[in-house]
Amino acid sequence: MQSPETMDKKLPKKYRHRQRIKHLLLGSNVKTGIVTHLFIYSLLIGIGFVYLYPMIHMGSYSFMTLEDLLNPLITWLPSQLYLENYTTAYTVLNFTSTLGVTLYVTVLPAIAQTLVASLIGYGFARFELPLKRTLFGLVLATFIIPPQVLMIPRYVFFNDLGIIGNIQSFLLPAAFGQGLNSAIFILIFYQFFRMLPKSLEEAAYLDGAGHYKIFIRIAIPMAVPAFIISFLFSFVWYWNETTMAATFFGNALTTLPLELQRFNASYEQMSAQNLGGSNVNINEGISMAGTMLSILPLLVVYFITQRWFVEGVDRSGITGE
Amino acid sequence: MKVSLKTGKRLIGTSFILPWLIGFAVFTAFPLGYSIFLSFQKVSITPKGIVTDYVGLDNFSYAFTVDALFTQELLTYLEELMISVPIILVFSLIIGLLLNQNIKFRGLFRTIFFLPVIITSGPVIEELMAQGVTAIPSIEEYAVFNLILTNSESFFNSTIIYLMDNLIFILWFSGVQILIFLAALQKIDRQVYEAAKIDGASGWECFWKVTLPSLSPIIIVNVIYTVVTYSIFALNPVVNHIQSNMFQINTGFGYASALSWIYFGVIASVLLIVVGLLTLRANKKYS
Repeated sequence: MQSPETMDKKLPKKYRHRQRIKHLLLGSNVKTGIVTHLFIYSLLIGIGFVYLYPMIHMGSYSFMTLEDLLNPLITWLPSQLYLENYTTAYTVLNFTSTLGVTLYVTVLPAIAQTLVASLIGYGFARFELPLKRTLFGLVLATFIIPPQVLMIPRYVFFNDLGIIGNIQSFLLPAAFGQGLNSAIFILIFYQFFRMLPKSLEEAAYLDGAGHYKIFIRIAIPMAVPAFIISFLFSFVWYWNETTMAATFFGNALTTLPLELQRFNASYEQMSAQNLGGSNVNINEGISMAGTMLSILPLLVVYFITQRWFVEGVDRSGITGE
Repeated sequence: MKVSLKTGKRLIGTSFILPWLIGFAVFTAFPLGYSIFLSFQKVSITPKGIVTDYVGLDNFSYAFTVDALFTQELLTYLEELMISVPIILVFSLIIGLLLNQNIKFRGLFRTIFFLPVIITSGPVIEELMAQGVTAIPSIEEYAVFNLILTNSESFFNSTIIYLMDNLIFILWFSGVQILIFLAALQKIDRQVYEAAKIDGASGWECFWKVTLPSLSPIIIVNVIYTVVTYSIFALNPVVNHIQSNMFQINTGFGYASALSWIYFGVIASVLLIVVGLLTLRANKKYS
């Protein structure tokens, strides 16, 4: 028979022990437990897999021979490393020259848009302007205007200027801050420049530097991350834009996404020419290889520069400072 | 003439935003006005150029009375928008919360969840849809699923089918939103949570009483971003309809302009209603 005193001492000890196990597994206020961690990781991995499923499918199918595709036993791993799909897709897409054109019509507008957005963002961030709030409101409002509304009048206008089928039809709006999602880039630079200390600018001003000189010598070097972020986002968005590209470029300039859109037709045309009319049907392997090739340059850019994309959203300041 | 320091600075400031002022007038305001003008015209393209002919509201009434396809597509678009936007928001919030935990490989997971933003273009999605990989794999084979389908209303039915067929594709729209939520979550003051914990709040209570209220402005930002990107995506049937009408002889630029304005009106009213409701709720509850 235990005395009430020892009971009293034992219970809390046992209790403490249980508490420790519970904390270890489920976590406490201070630390996350093992079970909770396991749960979070499995959830993230599971969702991540579903998320990547189309990509994995694309990757595995692009290496499959026709036999592999027809074989019901082969679902994920191709039986051999088969590169024929890629060589076919490479010629169908006319890869090297299309890539050249795509880079030409995405990099130049992206550069123009970034440079101009930095000027505009600086203007809004560092100067007292008449009607500043209204104008900045208008800048942001342009984000919700669907490009479809502007596409028709711009098409008529560009047609009059004779720049349809020319890079100018992308470059001109971008160079005046009216390109694809320009509002976002202006916002990024606005947030960036607003956080520069005023004293720096004043010091330079007292040393006799003009406002333009301050912008070039002080503001630009300090905003290098903003330039990289804006350029990358702008580049990716211009690359993936097809509605405007198809309308403004017509048949004169063709980008990789547009070639992908025509992929089946081009393939049939090519195989008809090569094989004297006997129709060789396109298979999933070839079209997946084509899709893979068309996004490959973007993937390369993304894996080299991905931290800037993440930082871009942080730095845009939409989360409030 | 001598300008004062203040006016001088203003002039220089204006010169910085001058490209935007010119661009807005030339490439946005003028086209907007011209587009309104075109929407009331019958436009025909002749060898001499564009000939316009005033037809009043004919284009608009044609869209709603004769062009059955357009109204149909508009309604489908609205229905899909109502389903997709909440899913995208809830999903990106959940992922944001998970990534905000103290976990390893956070960078890797962020990279994965942002990847679709980089590669998503109309043709890529089209190719993947043709492969059937944007659907939840083989879910339609499950007996339970079929049972639900045969025993339910048609609206519910079409919603479920749409969801099952497009779920991955819908989730692919959440890359930017996840990062926005994550950035906002990391800015919430740790001390608020500590204070709540000391007062005995559980994790669940903390989420509803601390996390969600602090996120409410960000939710509005994300709603706007989601609605806009979803609406202007190249695969949207309404967008395609507008584009295909541009170069049709019997309809042309005038009719396509009218359609684009109707579409803009619909998007703007959706934004107005949703944002209005959210701000109203937020103000009522938390201020």
